[in-house]
Amino acid sequence: MSGQTLYDKLWHNHLVEERDDGTALLYIDRQLIHEVTSPQAFEGLRLHNRKPWRVDANFAVPDHNVPTETHERSGGVAGIADPISRLQVQTLDDNCRDFEILEFQVNDVRQGIVHVVGPEQGVTLPGMTIVCGDSHTSTHGALGALAHGIGTSEVEHVMATQCLVQQKMKNMLVRVDGQLQTGVTAKDVVLAIIGEIGTAGGTHHAIEFGGEVVRALSMEGRMTICNMAIEAGARVGLIGVDDTTLEYVKGRPYAPTGQIWEQAVAAWKELHTDADAHFDRVVELRGEDIEPQVTWGTSPEMVLPVNGIIPDPASMDNVGKQAATERALHYMGLKAGMKITDIKLDTVFIGSCTNSRIEDLRAAATVVKGKKVSATVKRALVVPGSGKIKQQAEEEGLDKIFTEAGMEWREPGCSMCLAMNSDKLGEGEHCASTSNRNFEGRQGFGGRTHLVSPAMAAAAAVAGHFVDIRNW
Amino acid sequence: MKSFTVLEGITAPMDRANVDTDLIIPKQFLKSIKRSGFGPYLFDEVRYLDRGEPGQDCTDRPLNPDFPLNQPRYQGARVLLARENFGCGSSREHAPWALEDYGIHCIIAPSFAEIFYNNCFKNGILPIELDAAVVSRLFSELYASEGNSEGFILKVDLDKQTVITPAGEEIHFEVEEFRKHCLLNGLDDIALTLKSADAIHTFEKSWRQKSPWLFDVIS
Ligand code: SF4
Repeated sequence: MSGQTLYDKLWHNHLVEERDDGTALLYIDRQLIHEVTSPQAFEGLRLHNRKPWRVDANFAVPDHNVPTETHERSGGVAGIADPISRLQVQTLDDNCRDFEILEFQVNDVRQGIVHVVGPEQGVTLPGMTIVCGDSHTSTHGALGALAHGIGTSEVEHVMATQCLVQQKMKNMLVRVDGQLQTGVTAKDVVLAIIGEIGTAGGTHHAIEFGGEVVRALSMEGRMTICNMAIEAGARVGLIGVDDTTLEYVKGRPYAPTGQIWEQAVAAWKELHTDADAHFDRVVELRGEDIEPQVTWGTSPEMVLPVNGIIPDPASMDNVGKQAATERALHYMGLKAGMKITDIKLDTVFIGSCTNSRIEDLRAAATVVKGKKVSATVKRALVVPGSGKIKQQAEEEGLDKIFTEAGMEWREPGCSMCLAMNSDKLGEGEHCASTSNRNFEGRQGFGGRTHLVSPAMAAAAAVAGHFVDIRNW
Repeated sequence: MKSFTVLEGITAPMDRANVDTDLIIPKQFLKSIKRSGFGPYLFDEVRYLDRGEPGQDCTDRPLNPDFPLNQPRYQGARVLLARENFGCGSSREHAPWALEDYGIHCIIAPSFAEIFYNNCFKNGILPIELDAAVVSRLFSELYASEGNSEGFILKVDLDKQTVITPAGEEIHFEVEEFRKHCLLNGLDDIALTLKSADAIHTFEKSWRQKSPWLFDVIS
């Protein structure tokens, strides 16, 4: 019998019941909750007079529509200007109070984007099953946890039963061997992967990321990669546990200590794919071949190396692809044959659960240090992923570097990643963004998003257009 | 949960691949703490020519004449014919809530994004995966019927797992047994799972012993 993949092991560890119809009941260790996808689930519990199965398995933090400007933020929930957003954040506070769920409220220094806060606090641990009403829950897979996004009905289901009805996914391995060029980051790696397999390439699969390049990445970089597994269609992204993982987890506020730590480490050391395990699909990339990436269209798979040329729909033989490219070019206001480096930028956004961790901010700060944001760029926002990261960055003086360069230094939250608060693009504006989605209207009605790494975004802010960070 | 048995309804085209949930229901409407009322904002950014805000009365908003759901022949559509990877992106259940509230109870496409596919079943919507070639043919038949005043009507029978075209062709589709059973009977998932409460307790007890660090830490 062949060995097990990491996904197989996590699955088997949490199997409560297998049914004849091919479904299974999977035990969920942790549910992360935010304000947008939970109110209707709490309402459902109340309607049916149900209680959470295990209160201590739940953890909440508001992030999607909290304001990020200090003056608005300083008023706490009551200070949120938009009444509909305020009610949603208030509803989360009320629900957590009523159901006795731990919540880091809006001005708690530990507040931040749910996928940043979980790992940072040790609320996310290796070997867990984790769900959240948010598709980027795949992020937590970087710690060797089985984590994926669910809908609101399932949020309610997990609260009430501590389980999820699931079907086992297929196993896919994306291996990146070799070495990255200087200036090429985890973000470029994952964008290159999505460019290779497409936005539906991972559907029905749990993608494990492996190979020398992935092993050499920090936890921050690994989280960036798993974060965007969903952009390749996979609900689950995974990376096996190694010393990097253990070092990262050790000492986090909710991580085990003492003898229980030793016991946990012994269990976590099993959390990797066996050498003889079988994958249904294997995709291989070479680290050396990956160049800094920029998306030009309205789907993350519409991505090119920074020195690329906008594709010509007329040269495509697939009619569907041709139509999609034409529509994307029209929406993006770009012409076939144009150089990526000629795209002029109006806005730069450094933030989101993909790239708002301390390492991302350091990378961006290194690029802008002593320089100024181009006069043609109207706005450059830097939004740390959590209050803790903000604090750390300020201790290192990164905030000064950003503000001296003419960038805005904000309070933590999702911000312009999805523009639910007042941080949004104007119609037709081009934005270099470190977030994960370039869908039509994602960052504001008519806004045009280009996904890049933090260093590439920072360089674009200074130059006013995209530049190859390798020549910076 | 709402049930789905047989549906006979006008079919409207959504002729593009990778329709994401941001397009199905833009983020400003996600601020609602309710489950209903999203129908008027379904596909807001391509359906109207202006920019919609939550709570806005949509009756006087300028419609995009090119958008199929605004055209007379697709009024009252119950079925949506779509392309690859429908429902990708964000996990927002507001997407099926908006479709359902609008009146769309069935979506036919060559493939769906997983979270969206799953969310549909929780809301009485049947997502049907058919071969890309079959879907392309349905699109051609739909467009060819443009002169016909009743519109392109498909009949969907979940129990028999068939889609019947206006020409009388019967197309078989696959659906997982468990999902079919729940949807046909409109079963409450939570009540169903709670039937296994003993098994959950047993698992939990042994899991707690093996992994004590996962319990009672967060509170
Ligand atoms: S930062 Fe963006 S992708 Fe991440 S949770 Fe927030 S809205 Fe979603």
